[in-house]
Amino acid sequence: MSKFSIITKGIVKENPTFVLLLGMCPTLATTTSAINGMSMGLATMAVLIFSNITISAIARFIPDKVRIPSYIVVIATFVTLLQLLMQAYVPDIYETLGLFIPLIVVNCIILGRAEAFANKNGVVDSALDGIGIGLGFTLALTLLGLVREVLGSGSLFGWKFIPADYNILAFVLAPGAFIVLAYLIVLFKKVTEK
Amino acid sequence: MAAKSSFKNMTLCLLTICLVCSALLALVSQLTAAPIADAQQNKTNATLAQVLPDFDKAELRMVTVDGTDFVCYEAKADTSVVGYAVISSVIGFGGTLQLMVGFDAEGKVWSTSVLSHSETPGLGANCVNPAFKDQFDRFDPSAKVLQVRKDGGDIDAITASTITSRAYCKAVEQACRIYQLLAVMEESHE
Repeated sequence: MSKFSIITKGIVKENPTFVLLLGMCPTLATTTSAINGMSMGLATMAVLIFSNITISAIARFIPDKVRIPSYIVVIATFVTLLQLLMQAYVPDIYETLGLFIPLIVVNCIILGRAEAFANKNGVVDSALDGIGIGLGFTLALTLLGLVREVLGSGSLFGWKFIPADYNILAFVLAPGAFIVLAYLIVLFKKVTEK
Repeated sequence: MAAKSSFKNMTLCLLTICLVCSALLALVSQLTAAPIADAQQNKTNATLAQVLPDFDKAELRMVTVDGTDFVCYEAKADTSVVGYAVISSVIGFGGTLQLMVGFDAEGKVWSTSVLSHSETPGLGANCVNPAFKDQFDRFDPSAKVLQVRKDGGDIDAITASTITSRAYCKAVEQACRIYQLLAVMEESHE
């Protein structure tokens, strides 16, 4: 598999949101606006890249039976580091994402990639896989947030262009998240399966 | 190939990983402690500037009412007190609603600001918008009634979010009570 295709498969063929349907909790909950979705995607991508690199480097020293606890400790460490850094340097974004940053620990995309890819492949390939899957996740969340923001709040990345009277509130709430996600998956399948 | 799952290997492996991870976390936690405190301080200062008349410095005061501690700030310009800010929290529709309420020296509400809330997006969450929030600016609690119109007060509730609007009024009212305590304390000082 070429290096380039490792990245593209994370975005298209194995897109974590549209194809693997992994990590649905943050996907649905944080995408009330495009910028929120993008920040969540980038935060997850950062953790994913570092955890993939670390796990692929140490996987052969870890006995099989304590594999999962070891991975979780590594992932939790990176998430906590990210949380501290975000709190210190981007407090505004940290505030909006709030609870969902610590929840990246249990995001199944990250443990899933550790199990399915990082512990069988080299450091470079694992880093690329992290970038690919992370980009796929970020793109999906941004897209989902974008649609919900336009329909629900009548704005685009915070720029308001539809007056409040014509906004469809449901799209900002949980049901809208499910509906938009379902339509996006249909569209994604239609486009990629040609 | 993975190392053998013997008792010794497993213990060693987990021990090493945990040691390295906690050392790393301790280090970063120490490095970021100062910037995090700064960021929080900046945020508090920005909110204080929003809810209070112009001031030079704000001092922290703690007020205890019925066993609950309330965080308050005394704002001074030169040496005279120009106002107080009180952090007050109540239960809203979706969880805790925390406000900072600023008072001028005469006891009028200068302005309010929402510190944190978990109200419904699109409904109760609109309490942060000027359309609702600005009703409390320069609000005189001795002349007007701090309740929504439905309950016989002078505040227009947010459409379809009466519970949030009531909670907001209650939080401001709570702040008023604490302000009165503060004012009494201040007089007895002098």
